[in-house]
Amino acid sequence: MESTAGDLVPGRSGHRSMPLRILQSKESAIFLALLIIMAVITYVAPKFLSASNLFLISRQISFVAIVAFGELFVILTGGIDLSVGSLMALAGMAAAFAMNAGIPVPEAVAIGLLVGLAMGAVNGALISYVNIPPFIVTLGMLSTASGLVLGITKGWPITNIPASFLPVAQGAFLRLPIPLWIAAGLAVIGHVVLTYTAFGRRTYAIGGNEQATFLSGINVKRIKFILYMISALGASIAGIILVARFNSAQADTGRGWELDAIAAAVIGGTSLAGGSGSILGVVIGACIMGVIRNGLVLMRVSSYWQTAIIGIIIVLAAGLDRLKAKRS
Amino acid sequence: MALIEMQGVCKSFPGVRALNNVDFSISPGEVVGLLGENGAGKSTLMKVLAGVYKADAGRILWQGSPARFKTIQDANHAGISLIFQELNNCRNLKPLDNLFLGRELFLKGTPFLDYARMRSKALELFSYLGVQVDLDQEVGLMSIAVQQMIEIAKALLTEVKLLIMDEPTSSLSDKETAMLFKVIRELKAKGIAIIFISHKLNEVFEITDRVAVLRDGENAGDIDPKRDTLVQLITCMVGRELNTLFSRRAGRTPGAEVLRVEGFSGPPLVKEVSFGLHKGEILGVAGLIGAGRTEMARMIIGADPRTRGKVFIDGKLVHIGSPADAVKAGIAYLPEDRKVQALVLPMSVRENVTMSIHGLVRRLGLFLSRRKENRVTDGYVDSLGIKVSSLEQTVNNLSGGNQQKVVIAKWLATHPRILILDEPTRGIDVAAKAEVHRMISELADQGVSILLISSELPEILSLSDRVLVMHEGRVKATLDRSEASQESIMGAALIVDDQGVKV
Repeated sequence: MESTAGDLVPGRSGHRSMPLRILQSKESAIFLALLIIMAVITYVAPKFLSASNLFLISRQISFVAIVAFGELFVILTGGIDLSVGSLMALAGMAAAFAMNAGIPVPEAVAIGLLVGLAMGAVNGALISYVNIPPFIVTLGMLSTASGLVLGITKGWPITNIPASFLPVAQGAFLRLPIPLWIAAGLAVIGHVVLTYTAFGRRTYAIGGNEQATFLSGINVKRIKFILYMISALGASIAGIILVARFNSAQADTGRGWELDAIAAAVIGGTSLAGGSGSILGVVIGACIMGVIRNGLVLMRVSSYWQTAIIGIIIVLAAGLDRLKAKRS
Repeated sequence: MALIEMQGVCKSFPGVRALNNVDFSISPGEVVGLLGENGAGKSTLMKVLAGVYKADAGRILWQGSPARFKTIQDANHAGISLIFQELNNCRNLKPLDNLFLGRELFLKGTPFLDYARMRSKALELFSYLGVQVDLDQEVGLMSIAVQQMIEIAKALLTEVKLLIMDEPTSSLSDKETAMLFKVIRELKAKGIAIIFISHKLNEVFEITDRVAVLRDGENAGDIDPKRDTLVQLITCMVGRELNTLFSRRAGRTPGAEVLRVEGFSGPPLVKEVSFGLHKGEILGVAGLIGAGRTEMARMIIGADPRTRGKVFIDGKLVHIGSPADAVKAGIAYLPEDRKVQALVLPMSVRENVTMSIHGLVRRLGLFLSRRKENRVTDGYVDSLGIKVSSLEQTVNNLSGGNQQKVVIAKWLATHPRILILDEPTRGIDVAAKAEVHRMISELADQGVSILLISSELPEILSLSDRVLVMHEGRVKATLDRSEASQESIMGAALIVDDQGVKV
């Protein structure tokens, strides 16, 4: 944060001290919730805090978080991207195909990302320039992309992934899983873009009042177009890393992940109406989801019940947010 | 006996004393104006009356006995109806569905709607009000005036005893206002009490029996429209003598032509509009609602497509296909509805002011510089006298006048050469209005060319160097300052002839 110029009227620029801002921030409440949940799980299942378990869940959370970061950009404008799950599978498959064809790993990864970006561009163009509602466009893309993957692979996984690519998901650096480092790097980039660039400011502005933003001389269509590409990029990155995780590209990779990504954003305080939300909130939201999932496993809750419990938590989080908004 | 009697009402919000010991009363068949500057406590008082807020102290007597409506529904049941400035209807539904929403009539003993009965009841109401309403059209497609009549009809469906109208005429043309006033007089004759809130003072004088004035959350006095003058009313509202109508000095020579609009046409309203705007000139654009003024402005800045027409700046043909192009060409457009079209309400004063100049407040070519943003914003907060607690205050919490100044600051920050103002003083109080008028005049003196669209004739007359009168999408007349008067403008705006006056 920059310091304010000396010629300002004191106090008018409204800067508060750092600790105060952290305490009053929207994220502190959900962070507290995360700590409480972790404490409860640790109490019931002490294994939760073991190094190996923490390694596993931090890696799992990283995948969801990367997808959710992209989703956040879109949701901030009041849009939605339902296609992220199937774009994960598509990008992963494209990269794995390229690797199988003998293309070197970096280029193969680039191909995977480009395929994902291209699909994001299709989403963005239809939403921005043809004016079809995001829900419809991305629902169509969800089905189209997953159909493409199934059609091409006939449902069989693509194996024979080069060993040199596997550490991207399976390796560790400074004893932390590589995907966690990737997610952390993307979180920093996402935060900087949203907080310190005109592009980020305009993204929030569109969610706050699209018409006013348009009449302010801002190219709203182009920004929305780019946002759907960002969302597809996040999904593609996660999908490609998952190929390294499973040592194969699976046709059903990412199935249902759009809900996890949206849920992580909502639990993290993002408004589906647009205009408010943050990367930090999404990180915490993804952690809450991951920790609860893991805790339920450790507590031997059947996976059927897990789904129901996660569903209830999502609605609770959104409900609490409404309640807070109403009170303020 | 008074219909409602409020005594010693107090209401505080964190940090603000909104109402302090306020008395207010109204009798059946009385039309009472409620006036005050923005922030004087009018809305708060009405919300306490209608049960939206609970008073901290004071008594409210409804028909002589203590009343404390807990919710707005309680107030509705007792016979109080509010018609808000922003109409509360479902734009996608037809008049019948809106009228009977929540009190539908059913075929006896069935869950099915009795459209025949609803229709005849509605027709009866509309003929009583003397308005023609197409029952088969969605209300969103109707004029604001007709939508308002539907709201009034909705109030009459219940046994309404008190009707509160908040700025009912702010979007109406003079003719539509006259129609509304006729209806108000009929309701009054029926014994219905009406509280009339408005910033249009001469209308308040025309329609009310008595005016209650609030200032800073306290009673500032009563005004009798038959006895007292407008100046007395304004003095009462602002608490000091005020030079009410800012008047721009006349007799300036126009500079070179900066903007030329030629042969503008486009659906649904604009037909063959041409005019020129000179450096440092204020060109007023008058006309009734629906004359196509806003539509023309939106076409100039590229917000809406046009089918025909060219724009020249400094004699050179320019292509403006979007508001972004307009900003680059040095044109700023201040839209008519600041909350819907100009401000991002949940964002701060700083973020709103710098919205159109992100390119100018960068550092390292990539990031927004908080320091530069603060400097720009702070400059305008000082020079325009915007009252804010901090640059980080969300604009949602500002009064109407201050919000409008934020919008003006946003556009001045782009250093426009051409400024299009669409109803720049709608819904802001008298003092803020005078300030905005002075600002507009000063900008013109500094060489900014201004297109001033306004439905308030005094505003057009006091500021404009020339006046363009539009009628049904065409330029009907261009009047010089010396020719322009209420009569000449209204004459051109109202009288239909086939040969539009050439510009």
